[in-house]
Amino acid sequence: MITQLIGGVPARALILLGALLIGFLAAPLFVGDYLLTVMILILYFAYTGQAWNIMMGFAGQLSLGHALYVGLGAYTAAALYVHFGLGPWIGLAVAVPLAALTGAVIGFLAFRFGVGGVYFAILTIAFAEFARVGFDHFGWTNASSGLFLPVAQYAHNDLWQLRGHPVMFYYVLLAATALAFVFCRALLKSRVGYFWLAIREDEEAARSAGIDTFHYKMIAVVISAAMTSFAGVIYAFYYNNLFPEQVFNISRSIDIILAPIVGGIGTLFGPILGCFVIEVLAEGLRSLLELFGVDVPGIKQVVFGAILLLVVVAMPDGVWPWLARKLNLTERRL
Amino acid sequence: MTALLSVDGVTKQFRGLLAVDKATFDVAEGEIFAVIGPNGAGKTTLFNMIAGVYTPDGGSISFAGERIEGLTPDKICRRGIARTFQIVRPFPALTVEENVIVGALLHRHGVNEARKRAHDLLRRLELYDKRTQAASSLTLPDRKRMELARALATDPKLILLDEVMAGLRPTEIDRIVTTLRELNREIGLTILLIEHVMRAVMALAVRVLVIHHGAAIADGKPDQVVRNTAVIDSYLGADAVG
Repeated sequence: MITQLIGGVPARALILLGALLIGFLAAPLFVGDYLLTVMILILYFAYTGQAWNIMMGFAGQLSLGHALYVGLGAYTAAALYVHFGLGPWIGLAVAVPLAALTGAVIGFLAFRFGVGGVYFAILTIAFAEFARVGFDHFGWTNASSGLFLPVAQYAHNDLWQLRGHPVMFYYVLLAATALAFVFCRALLKSRVGYFWLAIREDEEAARSAGIDTFHYKMIAVVISAAMTSFAGVIYAFYYNNLFPEQVFNISRSIDIILAPIVGGIGTLFGPILGCFVIEVLAEGLRSLLELFGVDVPGIKQVVFGAILLLVVVAMPDGVWPWLARKLNLTERRL
Repeated sequence: MTALLSVDGVTKQFRGLLAVDKATFDVAEGEIFAVIGPNGAGKTTLFNMIAGVYTPDGGSISFAGERIEGLTPDKICRRGIARTFQIVRPFPALTVEENVIVGALLHRHGVNEARKRAHDLLRRLELYDKRTQAASSLTLPDRKRMELARALATDPKLILLDEVMAGLRPTEIDRIVTTLRELNREIGLTILLIEHVMRAVMALAVRVLVIHHGAAIADGKPDQVVRNTAVIDSYLGADAVG
């Protein structure tokens, strides 16, 4: 099992992975409360980016509405908790099939009727917007007034109820990100992974090679949606409040896709590395601007945007493929 | 010999342009059959109907005794008809090996098993040494052979080759001709090719169908067809026969 997992991975890459994992495991011992929240964000976006990457990076289907699946996961788990006292893991067991089904409906409508490319992307935005407006008027989840989870001081971390210190959320997200990485690698090396890449590269040629493209695109959407809903459950129990305007906002969908784009679409390390690059940039920029006492409204966004633009221009495949070449890691599927 | 592929009265019209007009022919099992004709004669349209890209407006196409017209390209490939494209369509970011593995995975579930099959084919088509290169880095002749390998990897009974020789030098043409002949002899692969390169047609084909303006104008053995006056007038030109 282990040999199967690491089969074909060069030693240097294994060392890098090991160091990264140890660094992540040890980090809470060394960082303060603020930095811990930044690390939680990094892991959150690494996980959701990995899930989004299955659709875009592997199967070539651009989703600009992944906030939908985050929101569905968040609202399902939170509502079951608030109304019935059901814990987050039971919520997850409901949220995952619900998100998968939603993904399947969107995928079916798009792929059955040949909607692809930017039109597919618009469809994903539309569904996220439907959900935003719908939840804004959905009384059971308190509509636009927001759904709140009871917050109390907890003497100890309760993993079963996901109540406790941010460190617990950090480790839950770390485990999820690590699992997602291993899972995505296994997918990519499997039959379905090859078919996805073929579809991404040339759908017409893939069909001529006997691939039922509809079927495999559906699998990509369903897996991606199901995985993303887990991040929503964590989101709900970490922040303890949900507003449709925020959770389903299109800017949340964009946040999810930034890391894999910066890190390298279609790669396994890209989504993780991309989060670091983005968060380090954002935090570094914030500190620098504070240091120089610059206080122009919106300046952070402008500089941040400009730097991202430079990264994308300088490294159009993303930071990871560039770094992998520098590290002389030639295995392309990493 | 029984007909493996049977095209009967197949017609396709594009906005008033009759691209293929009641095409009728049989390809026997194990045969190498060529379709020739001037540009715009309807050859590729005919291919695209057999491969499932277009649904014919009329007529029927049968393969191994079953009607296949109107099926999608992936279903047709799964039944045993593989194809190459006139303008090659590799999976550019994948390696040569991965391109062929995709084809081999159609009837194999294990990636390792598919890789073995891909390696066999890459050796046969003299691409084994280039297997780890990205498909986008290959030269045109190599891309054409890779596409052939990918099509063969799906274990077809019939392969449709759309101008696989175009743009190749004579030595490269002879190489592909030799490979195709071997495949035809060894595994009984049936080949239907569209070709402008008469050198390849004469060397390969057992039977030739000539189409012009969507309609068949001649059908027979290669040496008979090239002496047919209608064919000379419309396509080959008097110089070709000499």
